[in-house]
Amino acid sequence: MNALYLTLLLPLSASILLAMFGNRRGAAAFNVLASLAGFVASAWLAWTVLQRGPLGGGTGQFYIDSFNVYLIALTALVGATTSLFSGPYMAQEQANGRIGPGRLRLYHASYQGFLFTMQLALTTNNLGVLWVALEGATLATVLLVSLYRTPEAVEAAWKYFIVCGVGIALALFGTVLLYFAAAQVIPDAENALLWSVLAEHAAGLRPVVMAIAFVFLLVGYGTKVGLVPMHTWLPDAHSEGPTPMSAVLSGLLLNVALYALVRVKILTDGALAGSSVHDPHLAGYLMMGFGLVSFSVAGLFLHRQRDIKRLYSYSSIEHMGLMTFAFGLGGPLATFGGLLHMTVHSLTKSAIFVAVGHASHIARTQAIDSIRGLIETQPAVGWGLLIGTAAIAGFPPFGVFTSEFLLLSATMQSYPWLTLPLLAGLAIAFAGLFRHLQPMVYGDQPDGQQAVAANMWPVALHLVLVLWLGLSIPAFLATWFDQAAVLITGSGLL
Amino acid sequence: MLAQLPLDEQAILTLAALVMFTSFALLAQSRVVPMIHVFAWQGLLVAITTGLVAFASGKHDLYISALLTLLLKALFIPWLLHRLVTRLGIDRDEHGAEHPATVLLIGALLVIFCYYVAEPIRELSASITRNTIAISMAVVLLGLLMLVSRGKAVAQVVGFMSLENGLFFAAVAATHGMPMVVELGIAFDVLVAAVIFGVFFFHIRDSIDSLDVDQLNRLTEKDQ
Repeated sequence: MNALYLTLLLPLSASILLAMFGNRRGAAAFNVLASLAGFVASAWLAWTVLQRGPLGGGTGQFYIDSFNVYLIALTALVGATTSLFSGPYMAQEQANGRIGPGRLRLYHASYQGFLFTMQLALTTNNLGVLWVALEGATLATVLLVSLYRTPEAVEAAWKYFIVCGVGIALALFGTVLLYFAAAQVIPDAENALLWSVLAEHAAGLRPVVMAIAFVFLLVGYGTKVGLVPMHTWLPDAHSEGPTPMSAVLSGLLLNVALYALVRVKILTDGALAGSSVHDPHLAGYLMMGFGLVSFSVAGLFLHRQRDIKRLYSYSSIEHMGLMTFAFGLGGPLATFGGLLHMTVHSLTKSAIFVAVGHASHIARTQAIDSIRGLIETQPAVGWGLLIGTAAIAGFPPFGVFTSEFLLLSATMQSYPWLTLPLLAGLAIAFAGLFRHLQPMVYGDQPDGQQAVAANMWPVALHLVLVLWLGLSIPAFLATWFDQAAVLITGSGLL
Repeated sequence: MLAQLPLDEQAILTLAALVMFTSFALLAQSRVVPMIHVFAWQGLLVAITTGLVAFASGKHDLYISALLTLLLKALFIPWLLHRLVTRLGIDRDEHGAEHPATVLLIGALLVIFCYYVAEPIRELSASITRNTIAISMAVVLLGLLMLVSRGKAVAQVVGFMSLENGLFFAAVAATHGMPMVVELGIAFDVLVAAVIFGVFFFHIRDSIDSLDVDQLNRLTEKDQ
């Protein structure tokens, strides 16, 4: 349990310290140090779970099983590598005069506060606390979206606040209904929102109430996942906020919201299993529908983007749609693919945003039309962006290819006709990304364009990990994915 | 039918109806300061109802929730909003919807819809508050309606907070409140959200010289 407490307390205390001293000279270094320490703690936690099996549960407030343990480690890893990138990036922003020291303090405190809410959402056993943590994540990041105080940034932040606030409020209504259903079968009301208790009693939950609750939860958490049509906040918040924020929003927040959705789907499936009023796969069908629509719409929107960060945020919507579809499809193969896709998308997308941040510093703009000749000016950034985009578009041998292949095979098994829209969507998204990418990396560099101080280690590390996951998934990770698939669908793959 | 119910249940139902009435009053009210006052009344009514449910059901945890609601929704947030609009000098502004009659009509339809959706839940419940579940749901949706029908930041925040009132009321009505740790977490989130909204008023005014958030329209997928 010590590792668990450390994982939670390190970002929390770092956030409080940085709120007081975040404008001092060493604040960026301290941010890196705290994030790295958080990663070590989460690795220790993962090691403990690997040795002893699930931690907590029962009537405890925390529960670590194979479904969330790898997400905890992944969150801490992406948090740590992004903080490595954020130091020099924010120093450059300060040198460019876009922010002052006071804003830097806000930035650092919010960064660690955000990491804390993510870890709390993942480790908690209480679905109410999960909601509180996800709302807390909005609150921690909303002032970061408006960090530059331009009219666009303020607009993006307001939209983010209102859309996510309302979305998450609907999720709370769903949670209340869930609690209502649970209170009828679980004698001790204090424990009736604990996931481990609910999972035991899932079959006894009233199907009628659970169906309504799931719809509210899907719309609510789906807003944070970025599902179309509740996605409108996502491209704005990603494009106007500082780039390290875009990296962690895309890499972490969307994943954690999807995690919350899958947790309640497990309960809904359990409750609806024997229902005569509702289709037992109601939750799955809803998720497949939302997922497929998000996937297709975002792929089309890729083509008409002019801002490089909006481009990649639509790509995030596309991939979140794909994962939602995978979990909706159900079955061990699709679920395994979905879990793998969560991991590789998070790693690849945060790497891409790091490269995008450096690229926009080189070109001094985020407009795609003005970013040219990256490979000529600074080969590391250009190649990083190119390889990252190739990975996210699903080129073999990267991990995204593997997970998409698994998902396509699963679709072929259960709904062969749905492979057509999936393949078409993948092709459209591929074209949408590369028509913009090609001139940005290969074109001639404009006169006077200069290389910037860039830290490409996070990109290299993430892409190597994604490559590794594409070639061979380590045994312990495969075991976790498989156990999680058993938890979600009832049967495993291995 | 109402007369057959025990006295405390009658009182809870009457108060719940008053809460929904304040929701409609919010929808119709266009001037800023009266709007904040109506919002404060709604918070007070929700707090009193919660206290009454606590008394009638014997759940003493609910007294704490009632107190939290009273402090946060009836006193602190209205006070904060009042102070902000005075400092921003917009306390005489009109923040109404463009088509108030249509909005009220949609509101009435939403209430009917809520009674329809909540019917299966109501039948399952044995608690004394079962009749108020539909009302709480209606307060949530009416808050949402207010949020989308207004183009001014202050009115949107009031709509958002009124929606929060509905959620809290739903928790009280359906299940006699959530577990204490969740209750406290939600109250903390609402508090932080209120403060951040306050900060935002100044950001928005600095960027567009007014609080007319309809003017925040630069980020779209339309070709400019």
